[in-house]
Amino acid sequence: MPFAPLLRFFMLCSLVVLSALALATTQAQAQAPAAMPAQGERLAAGLERFKADSFADTEAAIAAIAASGSAQGVAILSALADRRLFAGAAGVFYRDAAGQAFDALTGQPATIPADAAMVRLNNRLRNVVQAALGTMTLLSPDPAQRVRAAEAVFRSRDASALVTIEAALPSEQNPRVRRAFEEARAAILLSSADAPEALRIAAARRIAEAGDNDAISLLRQFSGQTTGGLNAVINQGILSIEQAQRIRAWGQTLWFGISLGSVLLLAAIGLAITFGVMGVINMAHGEMVMIGAYVTFVVQELFRNHAPHLLDWSLPLAIPLAFVTAGLVGIAIERGVIRFLYGRPLETLLATFGISLVLQQAIRTWFGPTNREVSAPSYMAGSFEFVGLQITYGRLWIVVFTLCVFAALLLVLKATPLGLQMRAVTQNRRMASAMGIRTRFVDAMTFGLGSGIAGVAGVALSQIDNVSPNLGQSYIIDSFMVVVFGGVGNLWGTLVAAFTLGVANKMLEPFAGAVLGKIIILVLLILFIQKRPRGLFALKGRAIEQ
Amino acid sequence: MGFTRRGVLSAALGGATALATGYRPAFAQGAPIKVGILHSLSGTMAISETTLKDVMLMLIEQQNAKGGLLGRKLEPVVVDPASNWPLFAEKARELISKENVSSVFGCWTSVSRKSVLPVFKELNNILFYPVQYEGEESERNVFYTGAAPNQQAIPAVDYLMSKDGGEAKRWVLAGTDYVYPRTTNKILEAYLISKGVAPADIMINYTPFGHSDWQTIVSDIKKFGSAGKKTAVVSTINGDANVPFYKELGNQGVKATDIPVVAFSVGEEELAGIDTRPLLGHLAAWNYFQSVKDPANDAFIRAWKAYKKSDKAVTNDPMEAHVIGFNMWVKAVEKVGTVDIDKVIDALPGITAPNLTGGVSTMLANHHITKPVLIGEVRADGQFDVVWKTSGLVPGDAWTDHLPGSKDLEADWVTLKCGNYNTVLKKCG
Repeated sequence: MPFAPLLRFFMLCSLVVLSALALATTQAQAQAPAAMPAQGERLAAGLERFKADSFADTEAAIAAIAASGSAQGVAILSALADRRLFAGAAGVFYRDAAGQAFDALTGQPATIPADAAMVRLNNRLRNVVQAALGTMTLLSPDPAQRVRAAEAVFRSRDASALVTIEAALPSEQNPRVRRAFEEARAAILLSSADAPEALRIAAARRIAEAGDNDAISLLRQFSGQTTGGLNAVINQGILSIEQAQRIRAWGQTLWFGISLGSVLLLAAIGLAITFGVMGVINMAHGEMVMIGAYVTFVVQELFRNHAPHLLDWSLPLAIPLAFVTAGLVGIAIERGVIRFLYGRPLETLLATFGISLVLQQAIRTWFGPTNREVSAPSYMAGSFEFVGLQITYGRLWIVVFTLCVFAALLLVLKATPLGLQMRAVTQNRRMASAMGIRTRFVDAMTFGLGSGIAGVAGVALSQIDNVSPNLGQSYIIDSFMVVVFGGVGNLWGTLVAAFTLGVANKMLEPFAGAVLGKIIILVLLILFIQKRPRGLFALKGRAIEQ
Repeated sequence: MGFTRRGVLSAALGGATALATGYRPAFAQGAPIKVGILHSLSGTMAISETTLKDVMLMLIEQQNAKGGLLGRKLEPVVVDPASNWPLFAEKARELISKENVSSVFGCWTSVSRKSVLPVFKELNNILFYPVQYEGEESERNVFYTGAAPNQQAIPAVDYLMSKDGGEAKRWVLAGTDYVYPRTTNKILEAYLISKGVAPADIMINYTPFGHSDWQTIVSDIKKFGSAGKKTAVVSTINGDANVPFYKELGNQGVKATDIPVVAFSVGEEELAGIDTRPLLGHLAAWNYFQSVKDPANDAFIRAWKAYKKSDKAVTNDPMEAHVIGFNMWVKAVEKVGTVDIDKVIDALPGITAPNLTGGVSTMLANHHITKPVLIGEVRADGQFDVVWKTSGLVPGDAWTDHLPGSKDLEADWVTLKCGNYNTVLKKCG
């Protein structure tokens, strides 16, 4: 019994392949004038419907153009997808990727009349266009385009693409394209109810092997809709993907935690100097971060206006500038206000809080209250897969950058004369002074260093947060939390504390939610401080007795 | 607030001055009519509220150029409540008692509105509130020119359920953790369930204000969206948290064609300062978009750009609400020929004013207005393409029909004289 349908299917397949070959030859002849009228008419009828500016007509137009087999079909639909198609009373026009304008009907260069409006799409139609383009570009000479086409077919499961894929697969050399084609074929077979069961089972297995979100989504769509062996295979596939996803979820959570930890560390590391080393309760720390972010904005704006082709270099250039700007502001604050308040923590707290409000309002007055645009350079956009984990470039760069800043700071403290003097002054101010260290100067430099590092943090945070006058406020509490938890005056403690809090936060978030997770962390922190008031790594010795 | 001696005294004084104001026009013909503007110019809300102050100043300037109101000049009184909720109440009291304003245009967050409510009731004045909100309120002294949930949230969900919206079957309701998202999501959840959506197909998620680390939530949304059913996100995420949210969506490869996000708090003003690439194709539901082609809108945008002396100045939905509210107030004052608070309050229901999208809005008996609902898609230039709109104007419903506690309530300040009349028990309150 099962052989008969199988046989019939194969006969059908070969028949379709043959007709596809025949179609391909007609397509090759499409340039020949003899074939023009019929195609041209269909194309013209399709294009006509673009002029109606209604989504239903646009959908019909897409279908007509896809079916017309016209040579410019791909160009027209690509232009439509990329907002480069214009329709008006005089006709339909498109621009190619380079900006050159063509008449859609004739494919000849043309100028777009002023009354032609861009053909609008909505998300549903965008999917329709992608599906049509996918089927049409499966045989594109560009491998990347073929992969995109196969992925589009995987989503659309357009049965008419099957013949093309079947015909192309045996001769396909590129392994990535091959895999994408196989998955697309499996998706079509799985969703065609009249395909033989053995083929559909094999297809379900093939999709389960792919193992990603799209695969499980597709399998879940057919779970319970079929019977017998096929359903069992589908459910098994779902289970195996779910299991793999559960394991991956742990890795993913860990990565999220590390990346959150690096942001916390970056925000807190400057405070570890001003508060940790100097003991100044600096409420204006967040505003130093904000200043760094605004420096990034100004630098990027200059690049955008004067050297747009170097825009990707604006961030590296902003780093030293942010350090210097925030550092100078820090020194000014120390010289102007804080030095009069050493040893009076409450007054320092109030004074620096006042300064933070002044700085915020100053920025608001100069730059306006709304967000400023800092765009991501190309090397920080997007993501890649690493052993099944999705890692975004932006976050990866921030982790790397944070560790570099940390290492550099450690180097300054341990290996430079300034670092030595800083440590001397914090450990015993009078003794250091007696040894000839200019303690006032060291105070100013230390505060400047801490502020400068906060400014550098602002450069990185401008990539993941809003550049607005409120930027600093959202980090000040977290920064204090990290420094206190890590142990005041200990840089390594700050590092460990930041990553611990980051990972703990991300572990809790899936179960408790973002709001409750944060509360739980705070409660745990309070309990911990009760037990160990000096944090994770307390400084030992006489220094802390002061 | 307890009954301190000072409180009672200031209340009494306030009452006395309010009385005095009522009489003033009779004695002082030609003295300016004062209009209070209560928007934060500093602090976290300055980002949204500063432009509303400017639009009010522009409207008053335009009205004065037309000869003022009742032959008198309008004089704006601007105060800065600094995004500080208790300060809103103090500043409202200052506007009403000390400055004797004839009406106040102000507030953005629901908590600031709740904070000034007792002051407006006690000192009897008028507040025009221009922002979309969670509903469940109707007060005699407040006129709500922003959208109620049935003028924004419910139509947006209807759109996503429709064929053009992608026939969403699975829903993520993501919001910032405060009253507006919580109430809106409660209404939406009840509405979705009434439409046959299984509770397992609804994921509700709240985040703190200013949340900037969206990695876990976006990856959860992705996972939730891989159940083989079309998934959509309804976002009541507020203010600054939106930018990192969309950036994370972009970075993790969630496309609007797969999982569209429809936002209720992202408008032209919010998009003006950000890189729009990750947002392309995502949706917003409002009652106004700057991109709407209409002569009234064109004139307004031209005037606004000239007023701001900037070609980049954008307009948005709450600004339009203030335009409608101000025009309605002017018409009501002209109708009764006085700025007497009680007379103006009674005159306002039934007053109509053209909105900027080609329709004419009416003030209803429940102190809400009729508005069109538009769904727009984010464009690269930070503007919206309108992809769907309601066929007519939708009347604002103060009490939603989808929550058990409020479906029997009705607000009617014309015949029932009550903001929460219970139609089952047949009594007010």
